Amino acid sequence: MKSRKFFAVFLLVSLLVAGVGSYYASSHPDGLEYVAAKTGFGDSAKDSATSDSPFADYGVKGVDNARLSGGLAGVVGTLTVLVLAGGLFLVVRRRSGDRTGDEA
Amino acid sequence: MHVPDGFLDAPTSIATGVVAAAGVAVALRGARKELDDRTAPLAGLVATFVFAAQMINFPVAGGTSGHLLGGVLAAVLAGPFTAVLCLSVVLLVQALLMADGGVTALGTNITLMGIVGVVAGWLVFRGVLSVLPKRRSMVAPAAAVAALVSVPTAALAFTALFVIGGTAPVDSGKVLVAMVGWHVVIGIGEAVITALVVGSVVASRPDLVYGARHLLADRELEIRKAVA
Repeated sequence: MKSRKFFAVFLLVSLLVAGVGSYYASSHPDGLEYVAAKTGFGDSAKDSATSDSPFADYGVKGVDNARLSGGLAGVVGTLTVLVLAGGLFLVVRRRSGDRTGDEA
Repeated sequence: MHVPDGFLDAPTSIATGVVAAAGVAVALRGARKELDDRTAPLAGLVATFVFAAQMINFPVAGGTSGHLLGGVLAAVLAGPFTAVLCLSVVLLVQALLMADGGVTALGTNITLMGIVGVVAGWLVFRGVLSVLPKRRSMVAPAAAVAALVSVPTAALAFTALFVIGGTAPVDSGKVLVAMVGWHVVIGIGEAVITALVVGSVVASRPDLVYGARHLLADRELEIRKAVA
């Protein structure tokens, strides 16, 4: 598969997972939350300092439709990670023509 | 396994913050050797996929759920140093934007999922791969085993932090058994997702898979033998 197409498919899968698939995620507590509640330290959790974020808990504040709210938050988060991580790796990478790090 | 604010006391959170910062600094140096013009785009997309996949909690027995941590997936596809950076970016965005995982617990979460999960998983991956036939088709199974081990290992590390700096007076033996036990089960999900994704990328673009690099030469040799 050509790189361009391969990367496009990879990104599309991520956007679909976050934007559409996330609606079908289990709402049960995750392993840590569950263990915390069962063994008795769940109440020691404090609200995050960012709990007022417009995307807190993977929803968009003010959007009532659960599917839309979660999907939008997922897409925003996914694209944010793409920009931050993609930018970071472009800066960190060895550029062609660099003499350092020729190991296979 | 996102640790919220409050589970661990301030000294422990500061200590894990220092560990996380040191780990990211080391990873920034190491990732330079893993990333070039060809592989950097995949690394960015791997972080993107890990964020998306972490939104999908899959049900586990008994009213609990789990989601991909992604340390092994990222390490096998993009390299272990790059994986630490992938997870760190994902956890940063989750903490700041989604209020998932505490802000004071960011160092803890990077330490557990970004460093312990990746390092333990990568070591297991290399160990398993070394006893398997040197074929590309072995990369996904080895990644699955590593993924399975990485999740309870991170859970074990959380338990250790909880014993040191947990704010609630809870019997650490009970926490240990419950954390490791449940996360072995969640690790099965981690193994399945990791195997599927790594297997798909190895099948379509093996040249981009960091964990399959040294296996490519073997394959080319085999093809020449078949032709002759």
